[in-house]
Amino acid sequence: MSLRIVVCVKYVPDATGDRHFAEDLTTDRDAVDGLLSELDEYAVEQALQISEASDDAEITVVTVGPEEANKDGLRKALSMGADKGVHVVDDALHGSDVMGTSLVLAKAVEHVGYDLVVCGMASTDGTMGVLPALLAERLGVPQVTLLSEVAVADGQVTGRRDGDTATERLAASLPAVVSVTDQSGEARYPSFKGIMAAKKKPVEELQLSDLGIEADLVGLGGAWTAVDSADARPARTAGTIVKDEGEGGKQLAAFLAERKFI
Amino acid sequence: MPVTDVTSLIDFDSLLDDEERLIRSTVRDFVDDKVRPHIAEWFEAGTSPRELAPELGRLGLLGMHLTGYGCTGSSAVAYGLACLELEAGDSGLRSLVSVQGSLAMYSIWKYGSEEQKQEWLPRMAAGEAIGCFGLTEPDFGSNPAGMRTRAERDGDDWVLTGNKMWITNGSAADIATVWARTEDGIRGFLVPRGTAGFTTSDVHRKLSLRASTTSELTLDGVRLPSSAMLPQARGLSGPLGCLNEARFGIVFGAMGAARDCLDATLAYAGARTQFDRPIAGFQLTQAKLADMSVELSKGLLLALHLGRLKDAGRLRPEQVSVGKLNNVREAMEIARTCRTILGGAGITLDYPVLRHANNLESVLTYEGTSEVHQLAIGQALTGISAYR
Ligand SMILES: Cc1cc2nc3c(=O)[nH]c(=O)nc-3n(C[C@H](O)[C@H](O)[C@H](O)COP(=O)(O)OP(=O)(O)OC[C@H]3O[C@@H](n4cnc5c(N)ncnc54)[C@H](O)[C@@H]3O)c2cc1C
Repeated sequence: MSLRIVVCVKYVPDATGDRHFAEDLTTDRDAVDGLLSELDEYAVEQALQISEASDDAEITVVTVGPEEANKDGLRKALSMGADKGVHVVDDALHGSDVMGTSLVLAKAVEHVGYDLVVCGMASTDGTMGVLPALLAERLGVPQVTLLSEVAVADGQVTGRRDGDTATERLAASLPAVVSVTDQSGEARYPSFKGIMAAKKKPVEELQLSDLGIEADLVGLGGAWTAVDSADARPARTAGTIVKDEGEGGKQLAAFLAERKFI
Repeated sequence: MPVTDVTSLIDFDSLLDDEERLIRSTVRDFVDDKVRPHIAEWFEAGTSPRELAPELGRLGLLGMHLTGYGCTGSSAVAYGLACLELEAGDSGLRSLVSVQGSLAMYSIWKYGSEEQKQEWLPRMAAGEAIGCFGLTEPDFGSNPAGMRTRAERDGDDWVLTGNKMWITNGSAADIATVWARTEDGIRGFLVPRGTAGFTTSDVHRKLSLRASTTSELTLDGVRLPSSAMLPQARGLSGPLGCLNEARFGIVFGAMGAARDCLDATLAYAGARTQFDRPIAGFQLTQAKLADMSVELSKGLLLALHLGRLKDAGRLRPEQVSVGKLNNVREAMEIARTCRTILGGAGITLDYPVLRHANNLESVLTYEGTSEVHQLAIGQALTGISAYR
């Protein structure tokens, strides 16, 4: 039977743009161009490699996000080689936090059907990194997170996690959720043929009601966290210049220690 | 808030569809990752990034607007945008891709036999084989009709004798398309590397297009089977048809070099202070920046217009001349004006502006000099040829 891989990807504001909060203290998505979160490209890449190593696999990319998430987010993943897409788009989703998003993703992943869910290590905008764990919990399947190496064989997913003090080799039975790090291997560029083929790949659009999700569990109202206030980062001030008059090294060390860098 | 991309001034992106934007950003990412970090070194050392060819092939950049034989089959606009992003990296890189796709591959794709296409195009599209295009000779540049290289029948074989000059990718090429005079006019021949009597030597001491290989080809009684001739090309219209393809890429490409200069200059002018204020705040600087952005915007619109005409199958050669003449000329002016804003810093390879300006000297000359394009436009306007 074919291996069903689902990759969860996020459409995020371009980090090189001038990012702001909107009036309701959610990300102002209109002000900056969006793109497929770079960290999710690694997830797509690993899914493609797993798929290429297996005789029969199908990759579905799933995203929860605004209208543009389809053409600028999903489309890139499809151009890289994923087979089809699912886009959950609903006005009620505006302002969702990771609890809401993980709920929607869980339902969407179940809707698609899966043996393996692959996520990036974190989104480049929220950078929480807890979504894969929440998703696994909601799906009730094992999670193997933050892998720098991943493979699937004999109904198992195996991988390597590089910690600060130890390297772990992990395995879980399928179905399972994994997340991969930016050390898992450079993501491929979409080929032009891939880009042109992506247009013809199916993308299913779903609303909350299609997934049987109550609107009050998601969005700003359903969020477990709330942003009370936000101020722009103060303009950069002039740095401290340490003049070495014999004590330069010590002064530098003290500076770093004070800021807890060492 | 200063802009990070000058093309946003006229919202150029809104004229592109999703596919075009994705192709554009893919090439831009590729150039940022694989070219930008090394280009100053390549330029200084005078080396061409031939080793990038397989990666260019994997993306689908080689012969990208051709169909079949492993080629991408993209639109003309998508091809133009790819050239733009490549040339924002360096004109030498764009030259490698232009010559491979629009001259070498196109000559085979358009004029070759089925066997020639099968043998060469898939490998060339993949970047496994490099091609070059030999038309210009030491004594015949703007006037290729006078070429001296000749091909003579000897039984079933052809024997080629002559010299080709200024040939991009020459010594790197696995296969050369060489144009030669025969009894029945100018014909094209495929000359594989290593054929007895066929040698190359590189042009050294270049001050322009240093990250591109430029060579002289020597054909000293090169014996080729009859199957080496391109059967469908007869007369000068063969090579001129190829040149028209490559020029089209330059119309977009030159604007890439100009954009890169302007982006670098905007950043520099905002950060550099003199007389206690950023030089971007001086009216004279702003006048330059405004004028340059206006010219860039006009050039982009012209390129896109010509691209849409090409996709509609309606692009005429004199229209390509309008684009090539204007866009290379203006790109050069932009690069030089940017150099003035960078002051002394502008003359180094730490910034792209003088590298682009110097590269554009070649771009102004090859694929028809600006004067030749003026004559082509003049002829279209007046009906009188002023070439001779
Ligand atoms: C870096 C580089 C790469 C190149 N790559 C290739 C390649 O891959 N393949 C290839 O075949 N060629 C290539 N060329 C050659 C290029 O196409 C020629 O340099 C170009 O056609 C001009 O020829 P020329 O240099 O002999 O100049 P000339 O033809 O001698 O021209 C000198 C000057 O006289 C002017 N002029 C000539 N005739 C007229 C006229 N009738 N009226 C008014 N003005 C005139 C020209 O415009 C120019 O200003 C390359 C050149 C360079 C510099």
